[in-house]
Amino acid sequence: MTAPKTLYDKIWDAHLAHEAEDGTSLLYIDRHLVHEVTSPQAFEGLRMAGRTVRAPEKTIAVPDHNVPTTEDRLGGIKNEESRIQVEALDTNAKEFGVHYYPVSDVRQGIVHIIGPEQGWTLPGMTIVCGDSHTATHGAFGALAHGIGTSEVEHVLATQTLIQKKSKNMKVEITGKLMPGVTAKDITLSVIGHTGTAGGTGYVIEYCGEAIRDLSIEGRMTVCNMAIEGGARAGLIAPDEKTFAYVKGRPHAPKGEDWDKAMEWWSTLYSDPDAHWDKVVTLRGEDIAPVVTWGTSPEDVLPITGRVPDPSDFTGGKVDAARRSLDYMGLKPGTPLSEIEIDTVFIGSCTNGRIEDLRAAAAILKGHKIKPGLRGMVVPGSGLVRAQAEEEGLADIFRDAGFEWRLAGCSMCLAMNPDQLAPGERCAATSNRNFEGRQGRGGRTHLMSPAMAAAAAITGRLTDVREFSREPEPA
Amino acid sequence: MEKFDKLTGIAAPLPMMNVDTDMIIPKQFLKTIKRSGLGVNLFDEMRYDQDGNEISDFVLNKPAYRNAQILVAGDNFGCGSSREHAPWALLDFGIRVVIAPSFADIFYNNCFKNGILPIVLPQEDVDRLMDDAARGANATVTVDLENQTISGPDGGTIAFDVDPFRKHCLLNGLDDIGLTLEKAAAIDAFEVQAAAARPWV
Repeated sequence: MTAPKTLYDKIWDAHLAHEAEDGTSLLYIDRHLVHEVTSPQAFEGLRMAGRTVRAPEKTIAVPDHNVPTTEDRLGGIKNEESRIQVEALDTNAKEFGVHYYPVSDVRQGIVHIIGPEQGWTLPGMTIVCGDSHTATHGAFGALAHGIGTSEVEHVLATQTLIQKKSKNMKVEITGKLMPGVTAKDITLSVIGHTGTAGGTGYVIEYCGEAIRDLSIEGRMTVCNMAIEGGARAGLIAPDEKTFAYVKGRPHAPKGEDWDKAMEWWSTLYSDPDAHWDKVVTLRGEDIAPVVTWGTSPEDVLPITGRVPDPSDFTGGKVDAARRSLDYMGLKPGTPLSEIEIDTVFIGSCTNGRIEDLRAAAAILKGHKIKPGLRGMVVPGSGLVRAQAEEEGLADIFRDAGFEWRLAGCSMCLAMNPDQLAPGERCAATSNRNFEGRQGRGGRTHLMSPAMAAAAAITGRLTDVREFSREPEPA
Repeated sequence: MEKFDKLTGIAAPLPMMNVDTDMIIPKQFLKTIKRSGLGVNLFDEMRYDQDGNEISDFVLNKPAYRNAQILVAGDNFGCGSSREHAPWALLDFGIRVVIAPSFADIFYNNCFKNGILPIVLPQEDVDRLMDDAARGANATVTVDLENQTISGPDGGTIAFDVDPFRKHCLLNGLDDIGLTLEKAAAIDAFEVQAAAARPWV
């Protein structure tokens, strides 16, 4: 009898191409996702060493970080550096023969949205990308994580990654979520609980009834932010919802391959007696709609709370909180729901999927955004955008006063024209509230799409439960 | 990759926790298609004002630390984005060692790929080195990778841990890809076996 294993153990074991005596391992990579920002130096390295891409058929490239999200982008990117970077990807994809979705392709979008959408992301796979939000793909029960550019080059050349095994951490969310509470609130609450370094050195498996109840889109939101808790990867065991989502997608297995895949996929769960190095349990009923108040994703509080006082903290966090409040322009004791905002950004690899747009539109329907406020919706892919138009969501956003943009990373990281001005305060559905992340001096409050929509209507951080809404689809 | 064996240099104190890679090198500098030239923009938004003038009280702008080669920082250094531009910027500035109580995984890993030695030490040792570093150019610190020791200006030494494989690569400036390609036969064999077991991949 073999020792009980976690899901991570099982995927690791199935991809171990070589293991040295000291545990340094070569992990075989099933899917390598590539975008324009972290790959040019890697392709250049291959070229200089006269190397090729070992498995171009397992390599998928798409430009997303730099691309403008306005219609005029098809006439060429105006910013010269951005244009050069995107053109470098065009050239590299062609020269090395990898799968490619150029800006002009309707399937273009944020790399972590189109991977699952096109069926590249499948249960049990190892998936890497030169991007820390690669953990998103863990929602399918894949081992997925971000790597640096040197590692991008290593994977291109060898289809493997030099790794040492991480520890196993279980994050269980028991019970049911209360009305108005979403996947984003779960993932932010976990980070608020563990801190941004709580997951360092671990792969997290999210489990429990509240996780099982989430849609695949919601699970992607949860796993997406594993890195914000310090864990390179977060994953969720696949189930019937996962298989139903995957089935029929362009690159999903078909026929006999599907049956064979299902045989293996149905073994992908943590054994009951598996060993966990760390366990965190939260009650679903205790999770409230939350927002961030500071400049670290761990600075999370229920929307009913108040801006904390630096003296509430201990150690290095006292100075960190002081610096955060200064940067954010906030005074201790202010009710979070009285913080006025200038901008609302709905999109990103965290919350740019169809279900996110549905949740925001459900709140916005029949409302207008507060006069003077800037609202931007950026679908995660061209296909999400098309679907939202078909479902009438685009009209709801436009009627409410939102700009309806083309797909890309947009204001999540402001490498493109979508940026905050100094001092501009934004309710954002993205994943990082770091200083300068959305533009130098910009102030970011992270929250769910429904909360961002509610904030757009009132012009301040708002408890979404003040708005009656349709129950979310399961 | 440039080797790292032993370094005696000025240590700059950066007593902040959660220094993220957006702080180390802001996104507008990620548009380069090269690895070099990022040092001038290291910590850009803390180092320069909106008009591009130096902010005089930022540590690396102080005369004593302009040639710092060692950075002493707080918990969870390098968190956030996976951008390898962060170690590239540190290296281009001249930083070869970063000492902190803890690092974010991806950044930590990226350092070793670029000839930078990240050292994890208990908080009390970091505090001591932070005090040493505060003395600026008057106090140099020696980091010896072979012997895994840090010597402060007052003669005391601190031992540190490092993964033996990574130490070997750093000491010899070894290229990971070259090392892995020596195991090409193992990868070939794995691919054949995996293609049979999981033909849909």
